[in-house]
Amino acid sequence: MIMKQMMKSLALAAALLSVQAMAAPVQSWTTAQGTRVYFIETHALPIVDVQISFLAGSAFDPADRVGLASMTASLLDQGAGTRNEKEVAETLADIGAQMTAGAGMDSASVTLRTLSDPERRTTAIALMTDAIARPHFDAGVFKRDQARSIAGLKEALTKPQVLSQRAYMSAIYPDHPYGRLATPESVAAMSRADLEQFWRQHYSAERASIALVGDLTRAEAEALAVQLTASLPADQREIPRTLPKPAASAAKVVRVDHPASQAHLLVGMPSVARDDPEQIALQVGNYTLGGGGFVSLLTKAVREDRGYAYSVYSYFDPKLVEGPFTIGLETKRSQADDALKVANGVLNDFLKRGPTPTQLKAAQDNIAGGFALRIDSNSKLAANLGVMAFYGLPTDWLEKYPERVRALTPEAIRAALQKHVRPEQLVTVRTAAD
Amino acid sequence: MRLRTTLGLFSLCAVLLLPAGAWAVADADNTFETTLANGMRVVVREDHRAPTAVQMVWYRVGSIDERDGVTGVAHVTEHMMFKGTPSVGPGEFNRRVAAVGGRDNAFTSTDYTAYFQQVPAAQLKTVMALEADRMRHLTLEPGGYSKEIQVIMEERRMRTDDQSSARVHEAMNAVAWQAHPYRRPVIGWMSDLEQMTVADVRDWYRRWYVPNNATLVIVGDVSHQQVFGWARQTYGAIPARALPERKQYEEPMQAGKRQLDVKAPADLPLLVMGWKVPRLNDPRKDVDPYALEMLAQILDGHDAARLPTALVKEQQVAVSVDTSYDSTNRGPSMFMLQASPRPGYTIDQLEQAIRGALTEVANKGVTEQELTRARSQLRSSEVYKKDSMMGQAMEIGMLETLGYGWQASPLMLDKLNQVTVADVQRVAQSYFKDDQLTIARLVPQPLDAAELAARAKRAEAVQAGGRH
Repeated sequence: MIMKQMMKSLALAAALLSVQAMAAPVQSWTTAQGTRVYFIETHALPIVDVQISFLAGSAFDPADRVGLASMTASLLDQGAGTRNEKEVAETLADIGAQMTAGAGMDSASVTLRTLSDPERRTTAIALMTDAIARPHFDAGVFKRDQARSIAGLKEALTKPQVLSQRAYMSAIYPDHPYGRLATPESVAAMSRADLEQFWRQHYSAERASIALVGDLTRAEAEALAVQLTASLPADQREIPRTLPKPAASAAKVVRVDHPASQAHLLVGMPSVARDDPEQIALQVGNYTLGGGGFVSLLTKAVREDRGYAYSVYSYFDPKLVEGPFTIGLETKRSQADDALKVANGVLNDFLKRGPTPTQLKAAQDNIAGGFALRIDSNSKLAANLGVMAFYGLPTDWLEKYPERVRALTPEAIRAALQKHVRPEQLVTVRTAAD
Repeated sequence: MRLRTTLGLFSLCAVLLLPAGAWAVADADNTFETTLANGMRVVVREDHRAPTAVQMVWYRVGSIDERDGVTGVAHVTEHMMFKGTPSVGPGEFNRRVAAVGGRDNAFTSTDYTAYFQQVPAAQLKTVMALEADRMRHLTLEPGGYSKEIQVIMEERRMRTDDQSSARVHEAMNAVAWQAHPYRRPVIGWMSDLEQMTVADVRDWYRRWYVPNNATLVIVGDVSHQQVFGWARQTYGAIPARALPERKQYEEPMQAGKRQLDVKAPADLPLLVMGWKVPRLNDPRKDVDPYALEMLAQILDGHDAARLPTALVKEQQVAVSVDTSYDSTNRGPSMFMLQASPRPGYTIDQLEQAIRGALTEVANKGVTEQELTRARSQLRSSEVYKKDSMMGQAMEIGMLETLGYGWQASPLMLDKLNQVTVADVQRVAQSYFKDDQLTIARLVPQPLDAAELAARAKRAEAVQAGGRH
């Protein structure tokens, strides 16, 4: 009885803490052009962070042009509007702003950090607007970066961790865009026109979401969102906005030869989508299994008790459709079998039993109790808001997170784990293992 | 900073590291310092934006203080600091930090060893008591050691043995420095790790882990008076002890270019050029280290800076180029340029292009506009840095531990802003001489999997034999 009350007051304290920690509540609206905007107003520092994301990640690559999404995103800020590549970079440096562009699996994003004074901010936003709405895709820049990209890929293809990760993704997503990987050949097949076409097809306001954090009023934020999205390419309805559901994988072992001194071992499967209601249960369960750094079961068994590895971890990476659940570790090549056996033993045992009440409480104390640490800077807020805006999570997602974590039971977590991690579907990749 | 080795108990996020040449405007209004009776320095910066706090304890001891035969012991000690005391059992430190909602880690470099926890501010006192406990009472139990040293060998394999560029840098340091301990890798040579014993760690811990060799840094939603009180209660109870004499190493003047090749699995060659240049000795009087920092910024501080423009974009002899100069060290500094040639170009052509870019600065100088641009980037990075409590704590701890003092920060920023185009040209003329140059090249080895796997297996057999 006393225990229960204590838990309740702890939960309340955590909720209060999170409200206090949030600089201000998340505001949200949709622009006339159809772009979802999430905004946190905070004037403590003279900084504005902006992220715009499009449904234009590598999963949207055409099958015969794998790598196109990345190449398109990376060229956005290399010449746009009235400025060539050099002028864009010089102007950014002149005002001390930082802009990056790149593509992940689901999204392509441009992020900007600028000082908030009107002069610098106006210039910075103009540069960002040009990058997404008026990119040059200059032929000379494209040729050069295509060659650099091919050289970089060839170099990456000598690295055991890269080879391992690629073998893993193509094995768990054999017939799905998530499993298609750029090769020197697929990059060489691209033309400048492909980039421009990909941009026209995927960078519309309807496919965009914006996250804004910092020293702006609501009116300024609204105007900024309109400016960013007003000149984007018109949406092309026939271009898909959704991804196919990945097929279930079948258990198998993939071997990759490499002369490295350490084996790179990966175990996993397609597991959970971002909109899955059990996502939080999985994240909390994973804290105990292999997400909680030093205090996880995998770290204890593989690293602390046996000295098999410096790095051992597990994670769920929820995506638009089922993203991977992965266990990874590196150990000297002759030890690969033993280490794998231990890791699989921990996983199977945990799947069977789920977390004990004590383990769950430890996970809740850390995740909910330490929630303030996830949102204690503008850049952390901006990163969280970027994810929320892109995946359309509710605006109270952050605020409610601690109490949803506190509400979980060991049974709910075990059920979620058993549903989303299935031994008969786990693929194992052994790279540089004896 | 970018090319400098810093090892963590767990992989550390690179964002923790400050960009080269970026200094904070120390806000004298919210930063408070005291020294405990036992000599431990305490610096508190109040930052009330969010209800969190970071604690760091910095020890002025790193691989620079090691001797041949026990390389890596500073880093091994860092790992063993998580292995328990009589009152906090093995692994319990991490569990207790996690239980209050915190995160913790540690890192070791050539110059220092540091420990940190990020926690809800209300939990700060708990982690201060924990950190103070292991400053004095580490158990260093042989069973735990025998497992942890295996973990560290795996760390070495992961970070160095299997990373071609890390192997180039390790070999390059061993050639560029002859007398100075910077010639030894922070993680230690594998054979030293194999022969190390828990007695080596105990010896290290007893000598260096004393309050008069440490600085406590707290940044966050705290009251400095309250933190001072807690510091006296926890760390203040630990008696001071005399520190061993620190050896002063004078690296003999290099007279002649040094060159080395490293063969490793790779596709792209890599060229690393390092010139010995001055470190920041006297923040008030020195000029050249600041001018070299600004030169690094002008060469490679943004996408349109000189080196990426000349090498990657115009001449297109390189696929990438990276510049690194860190003026703030306990030991001597190197100004390093690193690049990979674009396929179709040789590493010699790449070297000539780099030399050409440096010669151009030496002969024609830089423009006022380039310098203004570098200053503008400095100014904004000062503001951006205030967004991170961890970043602020890192800067305070580093400046304190390296001997400059946290108050040097605004002075350094002023000095950087005072650098003139003439200063930049002068340092470009003075320091980039072949006699002080070391050049390392990665010679790519194709992945002939079967043959190379056999070689790796033989190497492991030799290593295993060495442990008997």
